[in-house]
Amino acid sequence: MSKNTLKQVKTRKEMTKAEWTWFLMRRNKTGYFMVAPFFILFFLFTIIPVVLSLVLSLTNFNMLEFPDFVFMDNYVTLFLDDEYFITGLKNTLIFAIIVGPVSYIQSFIVAWFINELAPKIRAIVTFIFYAPSIAGGASMIWTVMFSNDSYGWANGTLMKLGIIDSPILWFKDERFIMPLCIFVALWMSLGTAFLSFIAGLQGINKSLFEAGAIDGVRNRWQELWYITLPSMKPQLMFGAILSITGAFGFGGTVMSLAGHPTTNYVAYTLTHHLSEYQGTRWEVGYASAISFILFLLMVGCNILFSKLIEKVGQ
Amino acid sequence: MKKLRTRKHEVVLNRSVGGDTAITVVLTICGIFMVLPLYYTIIQALKPLDELFYFPPRFYVVNPTLSNFRMLFDLMGDSWVPFSRYIFNTVLISVLGTFGNLVFSSLAAYALAKIDFPGNKALFWLIQKSLMIGGTVTGLVNFITLSWLGWVDTYAAVIVPAFASTLGLYLMKQFMESNVTTEILESARLDGATEFRTFWSIAMPMVKPAWLTLIIYAFQGLWGQGSTNLIYSEQLKTLNYAIGQILAAGVTRTGASCASTVIMMMVPIIVFIVSQSNIIETMGSSGMKD
Repeated sequence: MSKNTLKQVKTRKEMTKAEWTWFLMRRNKTGYFMVAPFFILFFLFTIIPVVLSLVLSLTNFNMLEFPDFVFMDNYVTLFLDDEYFITGLKNTLIFAIIVGPVSYIQSFIVAWFINELAPKIRAIVTFIFYAPSIAGGASMIWTVMFSNDSYGWANGTLMKLGIIDSPILWFKDERFIMPLCIFVALWMSLGTAFLSFIAGLQGINKSLFEAGAIDGVRNRWQELWYITLPSMKPQLMFGAILSITGAFGFGGTVMSLAGHPTTNYVAYTLTHHLSEYQGTRWEVGYASAISFILFLLMVGCNILFSKLIEKVGQ
Repeated sequence: MKKLRTRKHEVVLNRSVGGDTAITVVLTICGIFMVLPLYYTIIQALKPLDELFYFPPRFYVVNPTLSNFRMLFDLMGDSWVPFSRYIFNTVLISVLGTFGNLVFSSLAAYALAKIDFPGNKALFWLIQKSLMIGGTVTGLVNFITLSWLGWVDTYAAVIVPAFASTLGLYLMKQFMESNVTTEILESARLDGATEFRTFWSIAMPMVKPAWLTLIIYAFQGLWGQGSTNLIYSEQLKTLNYAIGQILAAGVTRTGASCASTVIMMMVPIIVFIVSQSNIIETMGSSGMKD
């Protein structure tokens, strides 16, 4: 490195912007070697798929023939001539609108509640609330508790209490599929965002609270709004992104709980629709249009949310 | 003047007794609700057959037995892929995928956090934004890519994409930025250490909590995954898939399916308990500043 600087006859001020960039690139070339393995795979498996799904969504690609450009045809069909897509879109939005904000708020509230516990107890309580989200495939537990026969916990208890006479087919009954799936999603939603909030709350400078008390903060709610929340905007932002991604990726959980397709399509989500076209029918162009709409929904919600977070504490 | 309230000889501001009590009650109720299903599964897994079909179902077990776990291995012994094979596949995929993710991510995180190369900021911006994109969006094209590479129906289809999972890199980079001081790295560089050497002997030992966190996230994600569309050979499938099959067999296998769920959930839970304090420490720098 020192050799490089000696050879460099020009100083920073004499160089044009391009020359300076080139100099930095050569001097720090190890940086490129270090990021290369990760970013080659990252581009291959994340960035290119997003771009390519936009391109493919404008074609009628079906894996067999060479694709033709059909421009907006896939999107027109989706919105005007595909009632299952509309059902899927509607359910996906319902799930996202309920699960996203509720899981986000409950993660924060629980983190805030346990923040003042003694360290040992806090660790135990954190574990209790976090466990459902890491117990891999834990959602399966609910199909056991809410099983279709009278030996399942829910049916057994209700029958014993005389509320129902015969077992309810929980995950097959139109009335219960959606609420149950939402319930399970919320149960397992205290994940990474929750841990991030806990750490964020621990990191707030305690003297801010004392200063606040002197300045006239009267109770814990005022303290929350004027001091706590503004101090942890970065964590709130990080948590929001994870909650939104989680809420839209929720179709997978519905599929494992209620099967595919769900009774009368009551819990049919875009994830179901996507798997129908990409797995069963191989209409890749059409499926790409669905993926791209999902992508736009995720990005749109994130932009909306970051605008909202800006307003915190004002 | 108002009397200040204390908790264990420490003055607490702005906290009423009523509020504290209400919070304790709410937390207790919610906490019970959170663990109940997990507890119930463990109890079910330990119940002998007659207790499993006892009506109404009970929340305790009279004669605990391991027969359900034994049955799991016998039951799947009938099918031509033994249950131990599913466990082996899951462990193999999780371990290799996690290792690759750790190596790739820490190299990239170090460069992004501590080497000032042009393009650095743009790459990190992409990583931040990519956290918004779920697997549902990229799944389709990834399948095409993987089949073009000839990796469909091999372990690589699951393992290699996992190398570039972004959450670990994001957390690692943020943690390095706030915990590895540039002065220390500069002095090593002045002593003539190469960038790789500085990375390996100075930066990496300082960010142990971050690699533990990354290991846990990567491991957990791979452990619970069961992409049946990428791997269709029975002998390459994972635990998650096997559990689904057992569950699908219905009521007669309640005990076995609970036993398999217990095996499935115990591993990530134990890993988390062991490393909880490190994870929380890592999360301290997880915040996103625009």
